[in-house]
Amino acid sequence: MKLVIERRDTSSTLMRFAAPVASIFVALAFAGFLLLAAGINPLEAYREILIEAVGSTYGLSETLVKATPLILAGLGVSIAFRMQIWNIGAEGQIYIGAMGATWVALFSGLENHWMLMITMFSAAFICGGLWAGVAGFLRARWSVNEVIVTLLMNYIAILLVDYLVYGPWRDPQGFNFPLTAQFADAARFASFFDTRLHSGFFLALVFALLLYLFMERTVWGYQIKVIGSNPQAARYAGMRTGQAVFWVLFLSGAIAGVAGFSEVAGLQYRLQHGLSPGYGYTAIIIAWLARRSAIGVVIVSLLMGILLVGGDSLQMLWQLPIAFVYAFQGLILFFLLGSDFFIQYRLKLIRGIRHG
Amino acid sequence: MPELLQIEHIRKTFPGVIALDDVSFTVATGEIHTILGENGAGKSTLMNVLTGLYHPDSGKMCLDGTEVHFTSPRDSLACGIGMVHQHFMLVPAHSVFENILLALDKVPLLYNRKQYQQKIQKIIDTFELDLDLDTEVWKLSIGAQQWIELIKLLLRDCRLLILDEPTAVLTPQETDRLFRVLRLLQEQGKSIIFISHKMREVVEISDRVTVLKKGRSISTLDRGSFDREILAGLMIGQDKIPEWQKNLQMSENIVLDIRNLSVRNDRGLADLDQVSLQLKEGEILGIAGIAGNGQKALAEALTGLKPVTRGKIFAGEVDITHSTARSSYISGIAHIPEDRKSIGIAPDLDVADNLIMKSYKNPLFRRGFFQNRGAIRRNAEDKVSRFAIKTGPDGSPVRYLSGGNIQKVIIARELSENPRVLVALYPTRGLDIGSAEYIHKVIVEGAGRGMSTILIAEDLDELLKLSDRIAVMFRGRIIGYADPRRTTREEIGLMMSGERQDQAS
Repeated sequence: MKLVIERRDTSSTLMRFAAPVASIFVALAFAGFLLLAAGINPLEAYREILIEAVGSTYGLSETLVKATPLILAGLGVSIAFRMQIWNIGAEGQIYIGAMGATWVALFSGLENHWMLMITMFSAAFICGGLWAGVAGFLRARWSVNEVIVTLLMNYIAILLVDYLVYGPWRDPQGFNFPLTAQFADAARFASFFDTRLHSGFFLALVFALLLYLFMERTVWGYQIKVIGSNPQAARYAGMRTGQAVFWVLFLSGAIAGVAGFSEVAGLQYRLQHGLSPGYGYTAIIIAWLARRSAIGVVIVSLLMGILLVGGDSLQMLWQLPIAFVYAFQGLILFFLLGSDFFIQYRLKLIRGIRHG
Repeated sequence: MPELLQIEHIRKTFPGVIALDDVSFTVATGEIHTILGENGAGKSTLMNVLTGLYHPDSGKMCLDGTEVHFTSPRDSLACGIGMVHQHFMLVPAHSVFENILLALDKVPLLYNRKQYQQKIQKIIDTFELDLDLDTEVWKLSIGAQQWIELIKLLLRDCRLLILDEPTAVLTPQETDRLFRVLRLLQEQGKSIIFISHKMREVVEISDRVTVLKKGRSISTLDRGSFDREILAGLMIGQDKIPEWQKNLQMSENIVLDIRNLSVRNDRGLADLDQVSLQLKEGEILGIAGIAGNGQKALAEALTGLKPVTRGKIFAGEVDITHSTARSSYISGIAHIPEDRKSIGIAPDLDVADNLIMKSYKNPLFRRGFFQNRGAIRRNAEDKVSRFAIKTGPDGSPVRYLSGGNIQKVIIARELSENPRVLVALYPTRGLDIGSAEYIHKVIVEGAGRGMSTILIAEDLDELLKLSDRIAVMFRGRIIGYADPRRTTREEIGLMMSGERQDQAS
């Protein structure tokens, strides 16, 4: 008997859905051992996570709040992935988008709510877009690797925001904390049901729908798919791949920038140090797990939201260290990525009699 | 002759496809056995079963009368079955010796270089191969690279050699040499499974021929009982290969006028050196030449994929020297690229999306920014039935199609807007007779409608059959012209190797 790995000729539809679900259960089982080692009944802990994250208005709203920036940044990253462009810089683009929106909120002198919303949105969109567009331009013009450029520009973006909130934009009444003054009410999103759930979540859903239509129904989406599938063929068909690279990175960064806008206008009401705890990096994993589909991004982001909120409750209820939450998330991701293997390959037992 | 390999009722299915239905044949010791079949007939699957890459669902495989089950190519190699793939498995930057060593099992950490070199040199001398062990592989011709693959198998004492379309990349002279080597191997008692589409070669070299059709071995013929017509008939179910009527009354209208065209490659060397040629309306101009003598550069310059260094290209009155592929296409130049999989299609998209790859901006297929999915689907349905493309289930990626069907998708797309000029690079390479005939028909019918074709091909039979005029390229120049009605294969072969010999122009 021998175990061999065989490539599937077509990826199995059943597996595509079953594998991620199964992998989550395997991860839960593994994490269960860790919980047992810490003297906690895993089933109880999981029940707690679920109740905390989706079992109450507060928990559910918190999950959606956490999912909001993840959906937006995830969409941004995934559209570039569709063209085989790797935007690792969503984190920086979130910061720069937030910076643009903050400038409008604090210094533009606008007072009308809708005027402010539209201008803040545009500022975040354009700032995030141009920030990523730099990498797009370099890639299109001189074939500079976009992974390196987008990644390194994260540091510039985060430090630039730090400079602003520690320096010129610091709130004079802020007791020297690294943050700007609070936005006026007109520069804030509406929030709902007495929770922190804000319009940003619905904005994210609208973006998911728009992006789906963009990819599947428009001429540009078609170009992106052709270039992503085979850049040489695209060139041969007369598509301007260089321009497309720039615009796709622009769009990718712009949507991540909107995530920054949503965070400052919907949640934090100011620009501050550490405004994103790594949403931009999680977005890369989300885009990957979602297999680049817009609907997938929404689903995976919600799952991540549950993990984040449930993880918080583990910390509070059982005094588990934050490291445990990270380990737990890591396990889930590990098994999810591992399940990819079963979608493309299968294991087969065969009788191996050899002669000769 | 004792049977070395017996294949009995092999069946192999993939989800939704029966790749091999019922295949049986035998290979005797010291026999050259050809497997002939259209693309999609199951040849590749069969070879993958023989070399242990796939496991058959049912059926028996016996070696020396004992049943064998291979679980990996390693098993089949251990049993003395080796394969030379169509695409060589070589490291270009390494020397011949290093490449050969890489393929050997159990080379000790500190090996005796001299001993191995002598062993390899002995094989080289036996078969009179012209190969220097210390040369880097990238410097060698395709033919010489093939020798390396053969040597690898011989060093492993393979008794059965499988050659997958070995002549597809060779010049006629290189093919003759390969055949001499194959006969020598045969004398030494090696068995050879030969896969080829080229009838002339199959008839020349084979002891027996087994014809595959739709996953079944429909017949095995002994030497003497087959000729080109019989084999072609079995393969495509047609008794005679049709001869095309050449277009004798050509219009004098010049549709494409190339003047002193030069193209430099990335290393700054001339790929195309002062080439001038004129293409008449409805003419099929064949371009012969050993691969790498500028044919590809010519095609790329014509279709706007490569910048022109010097010279001019006129399409009618329009100067199209400096234009991207897009505007060239609009000026009426269609292009069947050399490497259909790597530049002809977007492999992850479906047939419908691939068919509009060049015309997606056409108002027919869009409503403003949005694509007109209905029109795109109808276009696909129309092309699929008109060009007899065998597609998988709706929406499945093109990469699952067979080579012939991929080529049909490309041709359907390229010819859909009635181009004035078609630049076709090796349009039938690797295709079965049925698909190749179909493509010939499309080109000749196009000529009847006034489409002019620049046909770049390596198969001289194909060029002689289709062309109104043949230009021979050598080292980036057109070294001369030949009249297909008067010339011979040998004459063109000589010109391809650089002997200037103008006949007609």
